[in-house]
Amino acid sequence: MSSSNLIPKVLVTKIGFDGHDRGSRVVAAALRDAGMEVIYTPPWQEIAAVVKLATEEDVDVIGISSLATDHLIVPKLMQALREAGLGDVAVIVGGIVPDEDEQLLLEAGVARVFHPGSSLPSIAAAVRELAAGVRARRTTV
Amino acid sequence: MNKPVDAPLGLQGAGPEDPALAHWRGEYASQIGTDRPVHNRSGIPIRPLYTAADWNPARESATGLPGQAPYTRGIYATMHRGRTWTQRQLIGLGTPAEYNARLQGVLGAGATAVSLIPCNSVFRGVDMDESHFELLGTCGTVVNTAEHMDRALQGVDLAQTSCALNDPSPFTLLAFMLAAARKRGTDWRQVSGTSNQSDYISHYVANHMFFRLALPGARRVLADHIDFCNRFVPKWNPMSVVGQHMQQAGATPAEAVAFTLSTAIQNAEDCIARGMDPDTFLPRFTFFFDISISFFEEIAKFRAARRIWAKVTRERLGAKDPRSWRFKFHGQTSGVDLTRQQPLNNVARVAVQAMAGIFGGLQSLHTDAYDEALSCPSEFGARIAVATQNILREEAHLTDVIDPLGGSHYVEALTDQMQAEIERVMGLVQEAGGMYKAVESGLVQRMIGESARHFQAQVDRGEQTVVGVNAYQVDEDRSARPVNARPDPAAMRAHVAAFAAFKAARPAAEVQRALDALARAAGAARDNVFGRVVEAAEAGCTHGEICATLRRELGFGHVQALV
Repeated sequence: MSSSNLIPKVLVTKIGFDGHDRGSRVVAAALRDAGMEVIYTPPWQEIAAVVKLATEEDVDVIGISSLATDHLIVPKLMQALREAGLGDVAVIVGGIVPDEDEQLLLEAGVARVFHPGSSLPSIAAAVRELAAGVRARRTTV
Repeated sequence: MNKPVDAPLGLQGAGPEDPALAHWRGEYASQIGTDRPVHNRSGIPIRPLYTAADWNPARESATGLPGQAPYTRGIYATMHRGRTWTQRQLIGLGTPAEYNARLQGVLGAGATAVSLIPCNSVFRGVDMDESHFELLGTCGTVVNTAEHMDRALQGVDLAQTSCALNDPSPFTLLAFMLAAARKRGTDWRQVSGTSNQSDYISHYVANHMFFRLALPGARRVLADHIDFCNRFVPKWNPMSVVGQHMQQAGATPAEAVAFTLSTAIQNAEDCIARGMDPDTFLPRFTFFFDISISFFEEIAKFRAARRIWAKVTRERLGAKDPRSWRFKFHGQTSGVDLTRQQPLNNVARVAVQAMAGIFGGLQSLHTDAYDEALSCPSEFGARIAVATQNILREEAHLTDVIDPLGGSHYVEALTDQMQAEIERVMGLVQEAGGMYKAVESGLVQRMIGESARHFQAQVDRGEQTVVGVNAYQVDEDRSARPVNARPDPAAMRAHVAAFAAFKAARPAAEVQRALDALARAAGAARDNVFGRVVEAAEAGCTHGEICATLRRELGFGHVQALV
């Protein structure tokens, strides 16, 4: 399937303590408006709950919004995803992520980090591309 | 109410037009080319020129004088010419000892009041031993007991220093502070400050940062808190009505004020329904607002809000004491306007935002650090934010004259239009049955989400310039970026270990008795839940234990999934 006609399935969520959800809501609405299937949760999700939801919904991409240091536990999420056999799901993080932490996240397996100022079309395009990659790898396995 | 915001004003008014104005109109039309329509963030169309015909300078009752209702020009006769504003920087990081060291630095740099931001784990209602260690103290101070509060405020005279606590329901931080005050022999009647996050409605609507009880429980505990402070801590402001969260979450400036005033009305009417006299609690109501970079709009917003509140308190709430009519507010420069790109530009943005707040007549100000879009603010960034206030207050001659923009054709006309738009939105809330019902049904949340998407779309289309983001981009010099401050992990590990030891050494029976009394109070309408929280704090109960008890008894306020 080519990247232009697949419908990416995306989970947009927040883990940890922070509850600022303007970003996650705006991004979720934009991805949905861009024709994607979006599963959105309110903030404060436990890592185990995110893994469970990603499994049940068979998502291509997980978007984590982090405005107040919660990105520091994203490596724990990556580990939990791998242990659940979801190592092929693309994880992106958006929000306030200091430079040195971005490196940490990429090393932990995060596909992309979006900083403040990222336009919604640019996020949608990246998600579409990542989802296409995930699907392609799944069909060739 | 429901006056259209673009109601024709004087420029198109009836009667023969002034020849000079007609001449200007002709010249403008021939020289401007294609005139682009301009709207402010609240959606109000902005004209190229305002004249005396656009507002009515003779309407003394509306503009009036400072210190006189309806307070358009300021709530005090002296305003910033007398006392400027309270310089109140939000700080919080690491352990109580680390917080205290940072606090001494901020006080030394000119801050005149204390604020305490607890760790996000505290906001979520859990103790440090129930938290991810990686997150402890990264965004605020880990305060779980009265002893921690005593340490955090070491060397601060609680009878002399106003303390603002970011302390959502059930107000454990204030309880810890009152316990510390009693231990030090400080009279509660001398303790002053503000419960900054007492507005549960704003939390439901816009900022899911905080532990919160289900709506009915949150409503009841707030009224208990107001009642308790009223009787035992009379210099404390128990009610800070928060518009800041709503505007940060995407509400337009006019919507943010409308929702906030509707919230204040809801809380006041809840207190009146309990039999409280409005003049006993309204003088202790304060407001907390965002100040965006939409300069004139923000000034007009605050002028209009004062005028509406003076009317509402008298006509609707029946307050007779002028102190009840005064709209006292703390302003915080908007973090949403700050950019990660070219971060030092944020120093300029914060200065403009702060000026709007000053000309808007604020009583207390927090200026954001320039590095907020990069990380939790660094100490270096916080120092520049304080210096910005010092420059505006003492170098720039901004405070020489009261309400210096009063009488400006534009500012007066815009104040009228902002008032009309605010009252239109307040009317929508009223039609929905008041703020409590409008939040319960999700109406307010949906309106804010819609405005947030609208604004982002304007930025993405380039209709709203954001320097460094959608215009004037440059290759970045990352050397200007601050070092990311994180608490010392060794100190935090020691803090966690000491907490475990503290819990083990407490008289368990006394702790249990206090928690049982708290649980019973939650079920007994005539008891005061906050009074029992204070007793629990004094008995050595922890923040997490108090929150868990009330969560069990009164239910938790889950976030609605609204996209």
